Amino acid sequence: MDIQLKRGLLDVCVLAAIKNEDSYGYKIIKDMSPYLELSESTLYTILKRLETAGMLTVRSVEHEGRLRKYYHITGKGIERIEEFREDWKEILSIYHFIVREESHE
Amino acid sequence: MNKNAFLEELREKLSGLPEEDIEERVAFYREMIEDRMEDGVPEEEAVEGVGTVDSVVEQIMSEIPLSRLVREKVKPKRSLKVWEIVLLILGSPVWVPLLVAAAAVVFAIFIVIWAVVICVYAVDFSLAAGALAGAAGIFIYLKAGNPAGAVFSSGAGLVCAGLAILLFFACAAITKAVAKLTGRMLTKTKTSFVGKEG
Repeated sequence: MDIQLKRGLLDVCVLAAIKNEDSYGYKIIKDMSPYLELSESTLYTILKRLETAGMLTVRSVEHEGRLRKYYHITGKGIERIEEFREDWKEILSIYHFIVREESHE
Repeated sequence: MNKNAFLEELREKLSGLPEEDIEERVAFYREMIEDRMEDGVPEEEAVEGVGTVDSVVEQIMSEIPLSRLVREKVKPKRSLKVWEIVLLILGSPVWVPLLVAAAAVVFAIFIVIWAVVICVYAVDFSLAAGALAGAAGIFIYLKAGNPAGAVFSSGAGLVCAGLAILLFFACAAITKAVAKLTGRMLTKTKTSFVGKEG
């Protein structure tokens, strides 16, 4: 898949994984695993990028005597998901156009 | 490899990065391994799950901009003493040219490698031009009333065209290989800033 497209897609996937409730690294990977394989290193980069962009915030929570980082989506992050849905409609209509052209041959 | 050995090795191989970056990365991988273990994965397997130390380090290196690595390396660990500053300034006629020369060498290596690519493309382009000239020659010879010349010209043009097409595939492959090579060189350059404290 095109690397730029995949990067944008992964960002939105991670945002979607924390949309309903705050989540932590391992859970994000596990929640996404039925849909796509995501390595820890990649996840770190995405989380960092989203944090810098102000789409999520991080807080450390004590869990079983150690610290665990929880990620919380911000308004900006939710906006990004909405944006993606709009973009996707457009992409879908283009897709239909492409498929229709093919079926003529 | 157990969790602590993994994290220790990771920390060691990242030394040279900004301290807070190292702490954050190590904490992130620690949490990942511990969460896996809590999920019932045996320690060894949990460590294996996040990949080898080298693969993790390589990925981190490819993401961090070179400028940040250099800045971190150049930043003194403590403030400089007056005599050190004096020495630095007095020594600048020596170390500034050396630094510039080193940068120039690295830059030159990149240029030379890419010049090879440009050369190959130039050859391919001239072959393509030869093919066009061959085609044009057919008409010129025919107009001059020389059919043998026209046949020769078309043959030469076809040979050029064939070579140009073949070489084009070679060009594409060479470009890909060189791009990969220079990318790897950049990662190597970055890695040289990290690890051993100099």
